[in-house]
Amino acid sequence: MDQPKNKRYGMVIDLDKCTGCGACMVACMAENNIPFRDDDTDKLLSVSWMHVYRLSNGKPFPHAEECFLPRPCQHCEGEHGHSPCVSVCPATATDYDMHTGIVSQIYTRCFGCRYCMAACPYHVRQFNWWDPVWPEGMERALNPDVSVRMRGVVEKCSFCYSRYQTALNRAYLEGRRELSEEEYQTACTQACPAGAIVFGDLNNPAHRVHQIVKPDLAHGGRPRNPKVFRLLERLGTHPKVYYLTRRDWVRRAGDNEIQKT
Amino acid sequence: MDSALIPKGVERCPLGRFLVFIAVVGAVLLWGVVAMFLIYIKGLNQTNMNNAYGFALWIWADLAVIALGGGAFFTGLLRYIIGKDELKNIINYAVLIGFVCYSSALLILAIDVGQPLRAWFIFWHANVHSMLTEVAFCLTCYFIVLTIEYVPLMLENRQLQRVTFFRHLAHNMHGIMAVFAATGAFLSFFHQGSLGGVSGVLYGRPFGFRSGIGIWPWTFFLYTWSAAACGPCFTILVTRITEMATRKKLVKDNVIDLLAKIAGWMLLTYITAKIVDTVYWAAVTAPAMGFTLLDFYTNNPGSAYGLWILIAEVGICGVLPALMLVSASVRRNPRLLFLAVLLAVLGACLNRWVMILQMQAVPVLPFEKWFTYLPSWQEIATTILPVAYGIILIAFSYRYLPIFPQEPELNPLPEGGR
Repeated sequence: MDQPKNKRYGMVIDLDKCTGCGACMVACMAENNIPFRDDDTDKLLSVSWMHVYRLSNGKPFPHAEECFLPRPCQHCEGEHGHSPCVSVCPATATDYDMHTGIVSQIYTRCFGCRYCMAACPYHVRQFNWWDPVWPEGMERALNPDVSVRMRGVVEKCSFCYSRYQTALNRAYLEGRRELSEEEYQTACTQACPAGAIVFGDLNNPAHRVHQIVKPDLAHGGRPRNPKVFRLLERLGTHPKVYYLTRRDWVRRAGDNEIQKT
Repeated sequence: MDSALIPKGVERCPLGRFLVFIAVVGAVLLWGVVAMFLIYIKGLNQTNMNNAYGFALWIWADLAVIALGGGAFFTGLLRYIIGKDELKNIINYAVLIGFVCYSSALLILAIDVGQPLRAWFIFWHANVHSMLTEVAFCLTCYFIVLTIEYVPLMLENRQLQRVTFFRHLAHNMHGIMAVFAATGAFLSFFHQGSLGGVSGVLYGRPFGFRSGIGIWPWTFFLYTWSAAACGPCFTILVTRITEMATRKKLVKDNVIDLLAKIAGWMLLTYITAKIVDTVYWAAVTAPAMGFTLLDFYTNNPGSAYGLWILIAEVGICGVLPALMLVSASVRRNPRLLFLAVLLAVLGACLNRWVMILQMQAVPVLPFEKWFTYLPSWQEIATTILPVAYGIILIAFSYRYLPIFPQEPELNPLPEGGR
């Protein structure tokens, strides 16, 4: 069998379709065994791999507009896989996989120094300030493919990596090395009722994500589609999560560089 | 009661008064120990850190004490390698202060990690690209060096000197101290620098990020430089405080003057480099990342930091003490000298505060606001813990070891004294 080509899994989120319903957040929590507390109102202490921001154009009625911006881990590529968080981890507890473009987190190796959290400009990395406590009986509903995390370690969105492993296992059993687009989809993508999230391989021209973004792979995956942008493009983090919108103010709100020019 | 342990030719306060002092400081230490165990048992939820403020009071304290402990390596370098012989009269104390600072830093780090039992992973699964890895290795090695430098001091206790082996060991260790001083300077250059690199390499954080040479951001060199400048200032400051507490002159003025003069020139050159770095960062590095200087200070809603902090760090606690310390007339005035070294020490602490705390307060995503943080009592208690520990170690060392070689000469005992 031929060796599979390197993938660059990424996501494009249509901000004009997103209604802010939060289904992506709920699906993510269920899929990835994300812990929660009785009182989870302080969002700076809670864990949510997918967080939905609420943006406003700041104008009064009748020109007031709002936009919901879902923010998973951006799976930054940086320069040659040196994403902001991966290069700083002192214990190699996080890794940039050149075969998939996914930034992983090894929970059992993380010792909780939180340097990666300080390094991430998107605040996608969150700390387990408490041990997870599941409501009575809920532990039986946990996803057996995803390990639960203990107090004192950092976690973040993995692009539902367990789904990738499951799909790859199945493909290998069937004598294939390549996955089709629909075989590996993240939970948030499938849960979004508006179809605002598109996930796939940015390297593969047959995948929708590639067709929408039209990534300039020679320049860190910069989008060629003028309606697509990335958060904080000028930092050089080269994220693989893209945002699609026709509204100029949303694009400006998402990138301070555009805001000032 | 403990007179047999007190060095010859010096006088110490009665044991009862000493024990009362130790008990008072010990109570503070105990408060810190209680907080430490609370954190170990219940976890980091006992702090007021959060997902936006992953680094907070402890990391600041860590960086600050390591910078201030830099007096040990720099004074050692001046004494043993460059040959400034007068500094032999203050090197013991510089080593002791360095030992206190570095052991405190290691203690704080041990509390700060989420999974303390896995702390050894930093050595076992070391990531060579991480500044923290270099910090961990160099810090540990240098702490061993400081211990080796402190051991012969301990062995100079009157009773231990009666043991032939200890007497010879101390003598021989003194003989090869230049080797450890050189090793200490080498290690310090790298770990002080790496601590500067901790924020300097964060290219996702435009407030902390700096360009540089190769893999080293400018902050790498600035931190080493500032530690070499402000560390000796801290040594002088603590010496003066000790003199006030003991109501004795312990080190001759010419020794203090020499160290202050060198520290002054180091500080002046450091602060010049720091100003150049700040201007380049504000004019080139940050704008290239889409940020203006005022975005980091006043240009965002809910700003917690104004330009005052930059002025305080670079001007009041940087340029001012540097100019004061290079002036011989200021150095001759004890009050002005005290003020100058105090400002320099505050400057180093402020610099570390800015590079850790302010870096995380600044919003990077355009739709986020400033993040705020106030430490919990557990964080404050565990940060004061090493201060109490340091005071106790210094008190014991002063009482039972000949830390200040000039003390008997400066404070002759009356006829018939010990």
